[in-house]
Amino acid sequence: MGTYNHSVLLDVEKCKGCTTCLKRCPTEAIRIRDGHAQINANRCIDCGECIRMCPHKAKKAVSDKLSVLKKYKYTIALPAPSLYGQFDNLDDIDYLLQGLLDYGFDDVFEVACAAEIVSGYSRRYMRRKDILKPVISSACPVINRLIALRYPLLIDNLMPILPPVDVAASLARKNALEKHPELKSEDIGVCFISPCPAKVSYLKEEIARGEGDVDCVVSAGDIYFAVLSKMERKLTPVPVSRTGMIGVSWAAGGGEATALFNDRYLAADGIENVIRVLDNVDNGTLPNLEFIELNACDGGCVGGVMNVANPFIAKARLQSIRRYLPVSQNWSFFDDSPDDTSVPGDMLQGNEIQYQPEEVPGGMSEAFKRRAAIQQIAERLPQLDCGSCGAPTCLAFAEDIVNGEATEDECIVKMRDRIRELLKGEEKA
Amino acid sequence: MSEPLKFTYDINGENFSSAGEASMQIKKELRTLGFDPETIRRVSIAMYEGEINMVIHAGGGVAEVFVYPEKIEMLLTDHGPGIADIALAMQEGYSTAPDTIRSIGFGAGMGLPNMKKYTDEMSIESELGKGTKVFMRVDVK
Repeated sequence: MGTYNHSVLLDVEKCKGCTTCLKRCPTEAIRIRDGHAQINANRCIDCGECIRMCPHKAKKAVSDKLSVLKKYKYTIALPAPSLYGQFDNLDDIDYLLQGLLDYGFDDVFEVACAAEIVSGYSRRYMRRKDILKPVISSACPVINRLIALRYPLLIDNLMPILPPVDVAASLARKNALEKHPELKSEDIGVCFISPCPAKVSYLKEEIARGEGDVDCVVSAGDIYFAVLSKMERKLTPVPVSRTGMIGVSWAAGGGEATALFNDRYLAADGIENVIRVLDNVDNGTLPNLEFIELNACDGGCVGGVMNVANPFIAKARLQSIRRYLPVSQNWSFFDDSPDDTSVPGDMLQGNEIQYQPEEVPGGMSEAFKRRAAIQQIAERLPQLDCGSCGAPTCLAFAEDIVNGEATEDECIVKMRDRIRELLKGEEKA
Repeated sequence: MSEPLKFTYDINGENFSSAGEASMQIKKELRTLGFDPETIRRVSIAMYEGEINMVIHAGGGVAEVFVYPEKIEMLLTDHGPGIADIALAMQEGYSTAPDTIRSIGFGAGMGLPNMKKYTDEMSIESELGKGTKVFMRVDVK
């Protein structure tokens, strides 16, 4: 787990060492050390909350620069559905797709189109009798990481179908090789336009393992500014969009779930809400549900920190884009009987998610000793959870002390008390 | 190991939505200590049912959890009305929960039976008008 490459970068110059990100990190992965925030890679789930919250803009999401595209003879843009919501007055997706081509991409393949294919296979999968319910969506990589770290018993509930980005990448490459037999696979640069650092990390991991068909990942924000000037919307664009309402709806929370045509679903977004729902599923205290859609960002993918538009405005724009679209433009994949439950092997995730709890150094007996020591120290601490020591809570601080990463005199509340005592002593003297 | 780790949780009887907090806390502790998922699940279900019972019937109470490497013991103490007939209360489907509680999905009469099902030992001491003590033990398999 320690080798997982994250996509959150700190600008040390800008970081003031305030406690905003520290307090908001849902996995307590951040500590302030030497006046700056540090992220524990083993705990980070790439949710992007610290980037969103930083008042000094010191946290940044890392992605490939647009110049990466020069490396390839033939480039294919993979716009995430949420990209459609970034542009003002975009009533036709084709204007944006044309804009991407005018910017310099040789081809475009909509992730929204792949999302409709994924939805189709998901509907089939949901008909199976031998699967664990509720099925939990696996399209948001943050959720998968969170489940792998904390909810071992829910791993088998995860939807095993590939997320739309992988399906889009594979189809895009296949199409390009068919259309241009002169191209070799390595000439092609399949470029995902990402709304969030979590997708960047997820795809970078895939690339590092030599899997998948994505070659580079750029940020939606970078593309927005690059393409905006190319979108003159003077000429009617060539109609190339292959997406219906379902594909576009994946951009916001609830979109994936409604596409299953099954009303026994729950859709939650925002990382704190997601954790609460997972705790309830884990405890078995949810009503009978068939499907649970979880998105780490508020509002779903439109809430990703690499986007430019306010998530709620983006969501409103998607409603007007959807207005004249058919439900799906990818039915042809699924002219099957209502009891078909088959999902082709290449639509399934290759790497099964495994329980990856935080390491327990020295095994259980050491863990017991450490926990006892932590408890002892924590009882002496003020329980204010002020964060001034650089840990999010007094308990986390006690843990850091036991792990040798901090010393008890870093607690400023205790220090203040000591100074008072000293002053009292002097007064008496 | 002779000295267990002890965790104490106050179960707030006035706030229904906070029921389950102790179960989540102990789950987190056991995970950090490196217990296996199945043991954690059994403890957290038993604990959750116990918590809910204390909230519904007794206006809250205290949960003490003693964690040993080979077993987890839970002692739930409340000062509620007590249980009149323990054998009857242990029957699946028997419940004295009021309709208001049933209407939000609880009170199916599965709490105590579930606590027994997921633990290796369970015993109840109860005195009418005084309160109830529930002891549970989960062995690490």
